[in-house]
Amino acid sequence: MTVDERPIKYPSAADPWPEFRALLRNKPVVRVEMPDGSIGWMASGYNEVRQMLVDQRFSRAKAVAPGRALQGTEVFAAGSINGLDPPGHTRLRRLVASAFTARRVEAMRPRVASIVDELIGGLLDRPQPADFVAGFALPLPVQVICEMLGVPAEDMEQFHAWSDTILGDWRQDSDSIMTALVDLYGYFGRLIEVKRAEPADDLMTALIAARDETDRLSEEELTILGCTLLIGGHETTANQINLSLLLLLDHPAELEKLRADSRLIPGAVEELLRYVRLGGGLPPARMTTEDVELGGVTIPAGEVVLPLYATANRDPSVFSDPDRFDVSRAPANHLTFGAGVHHCLGAQLARLELQEAFRGLLGRVRGIRLAVPATELQFKPGMAVHSLRELPIRWGEP
Amino acid sequence: MGRAVTRWVVAVDKNTCIGSAVCVGTAPDRFELDDRQRSGPVTAEIDPDEAVRDAAASCPVEAISLLDADTGEPVDPY
Repeated sequence: MTVDERPIKYPSAADPWPEFRALLRNKPVVRVEMPDGSIGWMASGYNEVRQMLVDQRFSRAKAVAPGRALQGTEVFAAGSINGLDPPGHTRLRRLVASAFTARRVEAMRPRVASIVDELIGGLLDRPQPADFVAGFALPLPVQVICEMLGVPAEDMEQFHAWSDTILGDWRQDSDSIMTALVDLYGYFGRLIEVKRAEPADDLMTALIAARDETDRLSEEELTILGCTLLIGGHETTANQINLSLLLLLDHPAELEKLRADSRLIPGAVEELLRYVRLGGGLPPARMTTEDVELGGVTIPAGEVVLPLYATANRDPSVFSDPDRFDVSRAPANHLTFGAGVHHCLGAQLARLELQEAFRGLLGRVRGIRLAVPATELQFKPGMAVHSLRELPIRWGEP
Repeated sequence: MGRAVTRWVVAVDKNTCIGSAVCVGTAPDRFELDDRQRSGPVTAEIDPDEAVRDAAASCPVEAISLLDADTGEPVDPY
């Protein structure tokens, strides 16, 4: 492979993804021109993406250092667990890891199923067409993470607006993003004071105890960690639900297979996670701490490297016929939750929410379909995840 | 007479492991992935190592077990 070629431009939201993917064929590691004109690298092969996410020589902390942010999420990450390397990262991760293990999350399944049930009941009571985002996909993860943390779900409208802003385009909107961050931290700081006065059986109370009784994190770390769990827990899951429904509606035979046999749901959720391209902007960058060889290329120290999850998840050397959506595909490890120390903390919870969401929807909502042509659906511009404004649906007999 | 220094036995349940590689990122000298992306210890019996304890406590599916080599009792996670 040669590195003398011109860098490939990172696509904007309007650029066609298939053409970008075609440029990367047989180039698992290649130079990229970022949206701000700076030059970095991107890894697009499955093994190369995995390798860079696991190898500590690809530093997250160096990549989110101030001054080079392209996205609000990276500014948010810079003060949070998402922007730290071990061992600083390890201390915070250990504080929250036990609350998100497969075992602890599995114990939440009945409650999640009951929230799904209530939301579907509410959705079916609405006049048609109804907005699936507001009626189901967003309130489900918000309700779940709010109950887990001990955040009042009634505040959803407020913190969802901050979340929307923070996930936006830093270069266009840095003032609003900073304001939203300050407001969100302020909100959470007040919530911590309420929880201190009135402890409850929730994760925020447990983290406050870790701060006050054993001094395992600072007040600022406590506030930012709470905000990270709240924001990390909803925009991603909500839009994974939206885009998964769209994908299934576009593949009616696969949808019918799932409806006929709900035992396929856990495997189908993995396939939905693999196939849907959730990320909307740049994926979370790393910076090399020394010269590192990756995919046969030597990346010099101090350079930015992007892990392209979406192309890794379609790598034909790992997934046979990768562009075919197949809910009964043999399981393989997609990289949607990342890998290494930053592997999504909420992965097991997201899986469970998706499983229960589709178990409920396929079981109770007959004839679910789009109320507008798919080409008319609008995404919020500049977002770090592909975020639908609305998803109007109908159901029942056509 | 027991040994003066405790030794730990590290094991990963490969049927439970989901290949998140949190352990490999946390303690790169102590864990490695096989070709199915499942983790295992580089060396099963080791001197006590805080990074291994961190990795065990950070595993999303609690697949890592850490035992005292002499007593066979689980090592205190903290």
